Amino acid sequence: MLKDITLGQYFPGTTVAHKLDPRTKILLVVLYIVALFCAKSLVTYGLMALCLAVCVYISKVSIKALVRGLKPVLFIIIFTGILNLFFTPGDRYLVEWGFLHISDTGLRNAVFMVLRIMLLIMGTFLMTYTTSPISLTDGLERLLNGLKKLHVPVHELAMMMSIALRFIPTLIEETDKIMSAQKARGADFESGNLIQKAKALIPILVPLFISAFRRADELATAMECRCYHGGEGRTKLHVLQYQRRDYIALALGVLICAGVIVLRQFGL
Amino acid sequence: MEPILQIKNLTHTYGIGTPFQRSAVEDMSFEVYGGEFLGIIGHTGSGKSTLIQHLNGLLKPTGGQILLNGKDIWAEPKKIRDVRFRVGLVFQYPEYQLFEETVYKDIAFGPTNQGKTGEELDRCVRESARLVGIRDDQLDKSPFELSGGQKRRVALAGVLAMEPEVLILDEPTAGLDPAGRENLMANIRDYHRNKNKTIILVSHSMDEIAQNVDRILVLKSARVLMSGAPAEVFARAEELITAGLDVPQVTRIAMALKARGMDIDPAVYTVEALEQEILALRKGGAPC
Amino acid sequence: MSTMIETRELRFAYPADEGQKPVFALRGVDLEIEKGSFVVVLGHNGSGKSTLAKTFNGVLLPAGGKVYVEGMDTLDESLLLAIRQRVGMVFQNPDNQIVANVVEEDVAFAPENLGVPTEEIRRRVDDALKAVGMYEFVTHAPHLLSGGQKQRIAIAGVIAMEPDCIVLDEATAMLDPIGRQEVLSTVHRLNMEKGITVILITHHMNEAEDADRVIVMDDGKVAMDGTPREVFVQVEDLRAMGLTVPDTVDLLDRLHKDGLPVPLDALTVEACADAITAALRGN
Repeated sequence: MLKDITLGQYFPGTTVAHKLDPRTKILLVVLYIVALFCAKSLVTYGLMALCLAVCVYISKVSIKALVRGLKPVLFIIIFTGILNLFFTPGDRYLVEWGFLHISDTGLRNAVFMVLRIMLLIMGTFLMTYTTSPISLTDGLERLLNGLKKLHVPVHELAMMMSIALRFIPTLIEETDKIMSAQKARGADFESGNLIQKAKALIPILVPLFISAFRRADELATAMECRCYHGGEGRTKLHVLQYQRRDYIALALGVLICAGVIVLRQFGL
Repeated sequence: MEPILQIKNLTHTYGIGTPFQRSAVEDMSFEVYGGEFLGIIGHTGSGKSTLIQHLNGLLKPTGGQILLNGKDIWAEPKKIRDVRFRVGLVFQYPEYQLFEETVYKDIAFGPTNQGKTGEELDRCVRESARLVGIRDDQLDKSPFELSGGQKRRVALAGVLAMEPEVLILDEPTAGLDPAGRENLMANIRDYHRNKNKTIILVSHSMDEIAQNVDRILVLKSARVLMSGAPAEVFARAEELITAGLDVPQVTRIAMALKARGMDIDPAVYTVEALEQEILALRKGGAPC
Repeated sequence: MSTMIETRELRFAYPADEGQKPVFALRGVDLEIEKGSFVVVLGHNGSGKSTLAKTFNGVLLPAGGKVYVEGMDTLDESLLLAIRQRVGMVFQNPDNQIVANVVEEDVAFAPENLGVPTEEIRRRVDDALKAVGMYEFVTHAPHLLSGGQKQRIAIAGVIAMEPDCIVLDEATAMLDPIGRQEVLSTVHRLNMEKGITVILITHHMNEAEDADRVIVMDDGKVAMDGTPREVFVQVEDLRAMGLTVPDTVDLLDRLHKDGLPVPLDALTVEACADAITAALRGN
């Protein structure tokens, strides 16, 4: 059933990882990504993996859930691995097999590349697992606040994002209902070739779009009735405020990132 | 009378093996007879919607069976679509399923899926449109130009056009005003009378059920609480009220009169019947 | 008592298709709604009742005549925010008026828009949720609640503006009997305890039983206006306008015609039973 899809993938909790300010978490992920792309030796990769492991431990997110997050990109990981493994020219070939060959640098690159992608994905997933979509949106809005001066509609974008998040479950439920109603009229979504299958979607998509527009219209009126008039002069129920733990976490993040860059200078 | 539908120990459990395991329908057994007008009443969450989606094979039971004319509807899972043509289901707010360019095409969607073509298709579409009071000149209009009540009629015609043996209506009058409600129910009563087809009406409104059906099935917490003719069910009004269900206002007046020492059958549920009871009391002299 | 909302020769027309004459949904409505009263507006679909409601806080603006909210003209754009803060509106579909995916965030939406300080928002959100009996759901996701609960959240979202008046535009139409009862008892309580003016738009006649005043709309005009007793005894006229009367009134009307000396204005089941008992015993 459509309802079973988990979106946002937030696992509520009360650990330090959950309590950190969303802005801190976004900045930490940025630092983490920078560090990952600077890492080029076993030592630095090991350091990054260790960082992730510590964060996972603190957040109490199950390893299983993190690994599950890798599934959709498994193909890309394997593909990149194979590409690097077989097609990297090197000084010394370990195996040669017609036009296929595995060089020492190839093996190295493949392992690092796969490691990098996996760490990258697990790191970002850890953030979405421990941060609710709404506070993530909030954090982004506050971080990008400076762009308002450049006439970037930061508030509007954030509002759009949070309304989209709010309506995802409603629209999924609606899709389910419309599908059942059309099935009751004998609609067949399973059989036939690709074109027939695409055509079979029309009886779902048309009512869904009409309903989405109607909802948007009614929501806009309801928002106006509740005195919504853009981001100007708006206050907040939950004001984001950096705590001591945020400063500590950010300091640690900067330190580690800087460390990786320094190590890189030393060829590690 | 032969049962057209037999529901045997029907159970539907969601999320088996997860912490969210919950039975929406639990061990329900009842029969629906050919040509009868059955009413199903119960709260939101009593299992009504889950139950009716089993009757036309939209949901598969996790336990028990549904027999249509004596045959298990899931005996041949590949042929489940045929069951949906024979047991027509009109969902709540069905106007939100309309999608075609014209009213005619939208009504024709079901029968076309059924394999009807040419003159037969045309007859089905026009006849069902007439049954719900859609005029011929409205057939070429876009369904989205019609009023809310008319849209609902078009959606209803879309299911009637499949000429189902059993018609299930989930809250057909929800959101309509009193006149609209009465008009639509009159159309449905006419259809029942003229075609002699089985109808199952699901409703929140005790009054609507009381005024239309031959037999009532009361659901509570995923189970059948009671069933019987309206007079039998309303005779147990106290039980209904304890179960948090409504009874028709007329029944409540009759109960209040009985409580005041009047000799009145508390199971009456139409204004006319209660009027007659009261007038009989007057003729019979002093009631107490 | 002072006036909450006043309309003067109010007219309104929806834009028509090209080449066609606009159809007037409101054709001269003069009303004065008192502060603190509980008013039910009845009418069949297309009678103009919903259009009327939407003019009360400037969602729709008069095409002719005026609407004053506590003396403020809804046509004056600079007053629009003040008017909307005074007159809150709850709509039919609970799903399409909930903005956030946490209950407290949704209730906070209006005060946030009004620039209320953070601590004050917290107080208002908690008070509003307590007032509608939904405080225990403060951190829940609204889409998992029942219809009646969602509408109570929507009402809380309106109360958080601290309005003087709440308009419920067919807010009970999509609810089951339990949800309807939840919403009705909530607004009755708000009316009694907080003195908030309530204007309830509906086509369910029995929702009007406990109102101070019933206004019946027909064909864009006020057709009847009075106490529930005064309005409901006009059985024939109500039927002609596509409305049904409560069974209590219907029964009394029939008995009256049969020659039984019963009054026509016993609306509730108990009052009706009392009236019939008295008439039979008096015989």
